[in-house]
Amino acid sequence: MNDMPKFDLPKFDRRSFLVGAAAATGGFSLGFNYMPDALAADATPEVNAWVVVKPDDTVVIRIARSEMGQGSLTGLAQMVAEELECDWSKVTWEYPTPGTNVARKRVWGNYNSTGSQSIRQSQEYVRKGGAIAREMLIQAAANEWKVPAGECTAANSVITHKGSRRKTTFGKVASAAGKLDPPKDVKLKDPKDWKLIGKPVKRLDTVDKLTGKQVYGIDIKLPGMVIAAIHDCPVNGGKLTSFDADKVKSMRGVKSVVRVSDSSVAVVADTFWNAKTALAALPKTWDLGENAKVSSATIADMLKEGLSADQAFVGNKTGDAPAALQGAAKKYEAVYSFPYLHHATMEPMNTTALYTADKCEVWCPTQNGEGALAAVAEAAGLPVDKCDVYKVHLGGGFGRRARTDYVTQAVKIAKEMPGTPVKLIWTREEDMTHCAYHPVTQCKMTGGFDAAGNLTALHMRISGQSILASLLPQALQNGMDPAVFQGLTPSAPEGNFGYTIPNVLIDHAMRNTHILAGFWRGVNLNHNAVYVESFMDELAKEAGQDPLEFRRKMLKPKHRAVLDAAAAKANYGKAPKGVFQGVAQIMGFGSYVAAVADVTVSPEGQLKILRIVGATDCGYAVNPAQIERQIAGSFVYGLTAMLYGECTVKDGAIEQTNFDSYNMMRIDEMPKVECIIMPSGGFWGGVGEPTIAVAAPAVLNAIFAATGKRIRDLPLMNHSLKSV
Amino acid sequence: MASLNVNGKPYQADVDPRTPLLWVLRDSLGLTGTKYGCGIAQCGACTVHIDGVATRSCSVPVNMVSGKKITTIEGLAVNNVMTKVQKAWLDNEVPQCGYCQSGMIMAVSALLKDRPKPTDADIDAALTNICRCGTYQQIRQAIHAAAKA
Ligand code: FES
Ligand code: FES
Repeated sequence: MNDMPKFDLPKFDRRSFLVGAAAATGGFSLGFNYMPDALAADATPEVNAWVVVKPDDTVVIRIARSEMGQGSLTGLAQMVAEELECDWSKVTWEYPTPGTNVARKRVWGNYNSTGSQSIRQSQEYVRKGGAIAREMLIQAAANEWKVPAGECTAANSVITHKGSRRKTTFGKVASAAGKLDPPKDVKLKDPKDWKLIGKPVKRLDTVDKLTGKQVYGIDIKLPGMVIAAIHDCPVNGGKLTSFDADKVKSMRGVKSVVRVSDSSVAVVADTFWNAKTALAALPKTWDLGENAKVSSATIADMLKEGLSADQAFVGNKTGDAPAALQGAAKKYEAVYSFPYLHHATMEPMNTTALYTADKCEVWCPTQNGEGALAAVAEAAGLPVDKCDVYKVHLGGGFGRRARTDYVTQAVKIAKEMPGTPVKLIWTREEDMTHCAYHPVTQCKMTGGFDAAGNLTALHMRISGQSILASLLPQALQNGMDPAVFQGLTPSAPEGNFGYTIPNVLIDHAMRNTHILAGFWRGVNLNHNAVYVESFMDELAKEAGQDPLEFRRKMLKPKHRAVLDAAAAKANYGKAPKGVFQGVAQIMGFGSYVAAVADVTVSPEGQLKILRIVGATDCGYAVNPAQIERQIAGSFVYGLTAMLYGECTVKDGAIEQTNFDSYNMMRIDEMPKVECIIMPSGGFWGGVGEPTIAVAAPAVLNAIFAATGKRIRDLPLMNHSLKSV
Repeated sequence: MASLNVNGKPYQADVDPRTPLLWVLRDSLGLTGTKYGCGIAQCGACTVHIDGVATRSCSVPVNMVSGKKITTIEGLAVNNVMTKVQKAWLDNEVPQCGYCQSGMIMAVSALLKDRPKPTDADIDAALTNICRCGTYQQIRQAIHAAAKA
């Protein structure tokens, strides 16, 4: 046992720190929360907004974006440290609060951790933050030595004056540096000179996740805290007509019963179990409203109508696809569908709120720190500068935690109990049934060939729900949701259609329901890739060509490059007997991705996914070890959805309530994942999401190769692959 | 009043005897390393050892564990020295969000006690915990690494 590493005990227990600090000051007066090294009380002045260097040379890098497992916390720290020229082994981090960001004129920029944007959309100003801090540290040393700053260099947290060989450390000059004016402009390094960006350095936040010390939102503890369980109307749009609080007031541990909104009620108790037990016993009556007439079947009918509707928003129009299809030598058509999906973060929704008449503080796992702050201010009825949000690590986000519904609820409950901190925890059942789900869509694909068997026309008609219409109607453009065309537009750098076909029409008939549609990791790219890449396989079959070769002839160079790389690594075309392969490619979140899956299907219909090779061109790869993990995790996310993912609607409510009815892939179904990270430079693509989209089509195409069965409606569990 | 022995220490908790062990650990004893994921024995996030056996604490009423030895994730490392499994998790950088990992580590620690050199098939059969971040490939690597250590 002696060779086992010791993990550092924090100087004091973080939970007790939290309790102490909150009790002493009513919160974090410094405006920073959860320090990895429990250093929050240390008031070392900053060099600039991004960097604090302590006298012992510890470098604290401030991270605005949320860490939910994707590793961007470490990646962003690498970016700052690259320019700062500090000793990476001395780097730690902290989250500046959204309230501090507002107070400091948004010095840390955007807090959103959605759309695989954390690194790529802040890379420039984050690197500049590091570079400016470095220049200030060098200037401070130069001032002390009375030499020109240009004669000094920084490396590994040490500043050296060339002529005199004098040396000092960042820690020694940091406080003087912080008093200097920052340089107006700094030059960023040429990517070829990067030493830390591009290296597979270890994450900064692993140890506490192995010992039970990592504090998630659900683990927050404050003195005198009570715990709430909530039940919102099972049908979105319905109302809570009445409840009988007296029936549960004397139950064990119950403190109060709170109407939270016109559709929800919470029980507050000493423990979660007591709150949940009393909530279940609380007599409630609902007015489910008109939406209770909606079911999966009525939604499917509505979507089906949209497949042939005259009116549709156009997202990609090249040539004249309808005319070309009319005149085609051969036409081929197929209709697909994709179900509602729930994010199912491992950690259910939760928020802890402490409200007093002149202040409201919230501890919560959020992908949207500033949105959470706005929600707190609104629910508390207080100005933003009287509110703050202390972010904690998320037990998964996947887009779910970009919404702030659970934050609003917690504040409303806390407002009923001024001075008492309230932790609201959703049961898994509440979580599963109150979400903004991956939108439901159907799609009609039509392809036309000329006499020589070339694909000359493609019409893709998507019918289905719009996320923006559900969550951000103000972002619609003349009623159109441009996001539905993710990966399908003619030339968007975020994700353009990879195939060059003379006549293309891609349009969307928007059909919305009362079930909210939301941003589910990968978003619209997921179904768009299933539709396009399954259909390309169908067209290849119609044309009598190999699916890879058929695609290659039409693919733009970067799209083709990732597919070629994946095919080469997978030994495409040379699979052992009984093993069948399928391919897929797509572009999304600024990155090009491809996959090749190897599967077997037994005569009894048992599918085994043996291996998936994933290739990614994300422009620049900040931390290849973390990208590999994002690719493997994306395959799990995409394959879980393909195998089992389906939320169905009955009487207006979502039917799946927990992991027994909403199944998840386990380790026994995990294929071997092989990654090819092939950054071609010159652009910044995301890595947390795009690969999800190619998981399902690659496997579905391999299943077709194995069985001749074309699965056009997900999930797979609704189909039999049996051949005997 | 429930009496428990957790990580070698005796505790008393003033709870309904039917309260699941999970919530006694988390809310009464403050041991929040054990996680809530589903409450119905499906996900394994709440896995602890009861007399050495990996058990889903969300589905064990606290009155069933009196007189038994309970170990939680907080009790694995002795004197802050990580166990082989924790060390393998660190070396292989298994966690993404980390929320499922307490349960994973507890389940794997029990597995390795029964089968010090598990095959892939052993792992597939024994480890039914859910990881939504999809760390399964790293988990498998780390289990084999821990078995070799
Ligand atoms: S919380 Fe116990 S198995 Fe999921
Ligand atoms: S690491 Fe996030 S759920 Fe497993």
